[in-house]
Amino acid sequence: MDNLIEIKNLHFKRADRPIFAGLDLDIPRGKVTAIMGPSGTGKTTLLRMITGQLRAGQGSVRIADGDGMTDIGTLDRDAIYRLRRRMGMLFQNSALLTDLDVFENVAFPLREITDLPDRLIRPIVLMKLEAVGLRGAAGLMPSELSGGMGRRVAMARALVMDPELLLYDEPFSGLDPISLGVILRLIRETNDVLGLTSIVVSHDVEEIARLADYCYVIAEGRAIAHGPPAELARSESDLVRQFMAGAADGPVPFHYPAGDFARDLAGD
Amino acid sequence: MAATSTRDLGTGLFVLLGFAALAFLLTQTTDLDEYRGDSGYRVVARFQDIAGLKVRAPVTMAGVNIGRVEKIEFDGDRLDALVTLRIENRYDRIPDDSDAAVLTAGLLGSKYIGIGPGGSDTYLADSSEIQLTQSAIVLEKLVSKFLFSQAENTGGGQADP
Amino acid sequence: MVQPGSIVGGLLGFLGKLGASVYFLGEILRQSGIGIARPRLVVEQIHNAGVLSLVIIMTSGLFVGMVLGLQGVDALSRLRQEDILGASVALVLLKELGPVVTALLFAGRAGTALASEIGLMRATDQLSAMEVMAIDPVRRIVAPRFLGGAISLPLLTGVFNVVGILGAWFIGVYVLGVDNGAFWSQMQEYVDPEDIWEGIFKSAAFGVAASLIAVFEGYNAVPTAEGVGLATTRTVVTTSIVILMLDYVITAALL
Ligand SMILES: Nc1ncnc2c1ncn2[C@@H]1O[C@H](COP(=O)(O)OP(=O)(O)OP(=O)(O)O)[C@@H](O)[C@H]1O
Ligand SMILES: [Mg+2]
Repeated sequence: MDNLIEIKNLHFKRADRPIFAGLDLDIPRGKVTAIMGPSGTGKTTLLRMITGQLRAGQGSVRIADGDGMTDIGTLDRDAIYRLRRRMGMLFQNSALLTDLDVFENVAFPLREITDLPDRLIRPIVLMKLEAVGLRGAAGLMPSELSGGMGRRVAMARALVMDPELLLYDEPFSGLDPISLGVILRLIRETNDVLGLTSIVVSHDVEEIARLADYCYVIAEGRAIAHGPPAELARSESDLVRQFMAGAADGPVPFHYPAGDFARDLAGD
Repeated sequence: MAATSTRDLGTGLFVLLGFAALAFLLTQTTDLDEYRGDSGYRVVARFQDIAGLKVRAPVTMAGVNIGRVEKIEFDGDRLDALVTLRIENRYDRIPDDSDAAVLTAGLLGSKYIGIGPGGSDTYLADSSEIQLTQSAIVLEKLVSKFLFSQAENTGGGQADP
Repeated sequence: MVQPGSIVGGLLGFLGKLGASVYFLGEILRQSGIGIARPRLVVEQIHNAGVLSLVIIMTSGLFVGMVLGLQGVDALSRLRQEDILGASVALVLLKELGPVVTALLFAGRAGTALASEIGLMRATDQLSAMEVMAIDPVRRIVAPRFLGGAISLPLLTGVFNVVGILGAWFIGVYVLGVDNGAFWSQMQEYVDPEDIWEGIFKSAAFGVAASLIAVFEGYNAVPTAEGVGLATTRTVVTTSIVILMLDYVITAALL
């Protein structure tokens, strides 16, 4: 299979607590791949490793580069910045620049990275805003946008440099059904029309089932299951069934790791 | 766009104001001309006691400021104070037998150097020395001298009825 | 509970922070070419740090100067030395009060604004978003703010000093009857250019320290609302202590 990203035997710790312990995961080129898992399993952390903001303790995160694969962990600062120009990312809370209006937010990467003159920037920005249906909102400030609108603006911004890889961190959380439908359609269409590769991090089983081509479930630092969503839904594994069915307790514990409760209460 | 240019204008004015403030400080609060390091010529004078004379104290003649004390050193061989005075160039006809005295402004005020004119036809020039000097009058010494002589007087009176 | 270990721990924490901020300063300086490549970004920050602090600086300078006028005349009249009011006020302002008070006011007005602005950008992932867009936030956000602050403080100090001297002049000469000629001539007599340079040097050092602390605290804020608030408070506390310590060190070194 033609993979854009290959993650092998990834280990990573936060303050001595292992987040990843031997994670293997491949992102196929041109597809929408979902990464699912309970809150706090390290989905955002994984995206930060793909963008080179965090480095692996052990194992490798490799990205296709020309003919071969490059290990992101071995790149120097300049190479990482070059690599990031091929990526766009949508943050959990759209992360728009609060002192710039919608138009300037979308224009920001163009102004910062390219030398394009205003008369070229304007049509590009308006085109991207039109694509997310917010050309009319170009003059608004981020504080005047709803959560769903903000996310669409962030999407226009992520698309403005024509990346080949788009990363979405929880694009569905806190949206009404209509905005949700709009975002789902946008992710699918941009992926197919522009020929991108998309990674969507989420724990919304239903939406992922509608959107993704391929799906990974991560828990306890590893990928516990992967496959097309329909296949996962029929999975035999307790862990996956618990997650897909949304049960509070099961093999994936409801509790964050802790000592004995009675002893804690006694104050030892 | 209008907002931007007002802001630029304001910032420009601010920077200008800041530099104007520095210019004001450098020209109004200090005397640059007089301070400028090398103008004037230097003469030296030796004193037994300079009391509280400080570097930068005025040098006067007939009460007029003609220069400043530039350096004060202790001469370890001759055990006196070697004072370097810088005198402005335009005062170039001070007789070389003039005398220098450490004087006090007011009763307790700061010390300065007063130069009394001599009668010679040759003048002080760079690095010449003023030979005639009078040390500071130290109030404590004066008082103790006065008390001492008083005691002597009264003591003598009692011994001789 | 204060344990002996906590003092050592506190000291180590302080040293660690000092090292980290020196390292951060190096990174900022390496990226400050942006000040030449895009001077507008710095101009914008001189506006935020300087122009917006001008009113508070001028008001404070005026009142500090007027108080020095009152106290100066009161103290000097006991020595019959009212004539040196101008000289005393100018020396006190130029060498000490001007740089220190301006830096403390700057920390409260501009430093907190910087720390909370950058901290908020951290908390809302704006800085991370820039990194992913291949835009270095130290270059684009931190360096212009640092430069703007470091440039503004000496200029503000100059304004503070002038307004302060004029305030003392107004009270001394117009209200309390000190001789106008003596006020200025005695000042010129006793103030050396060195005194002015000393003040400028101090305010330049304070500008670097105050701006660095503000951007450091903001950049390293814990990314929550509480973390941003804490960063703002820390900026004022740390800057005040560092300014006063630095003032002693510089004064001792120069005298
Ligand atoms: N800066 C940090 N320092 C220490 N621990 C951290 C830090 N950031 C995250 N963690 C820990 O790393 C773990 C993974 O965090 P991450 O944000 O990747 O989770 P997530 O899967 O994205 O969760 P969510 O679905 O809630 O967004 C969490 O348990 C969290 O406690
Ligand atoms: Mg997350």
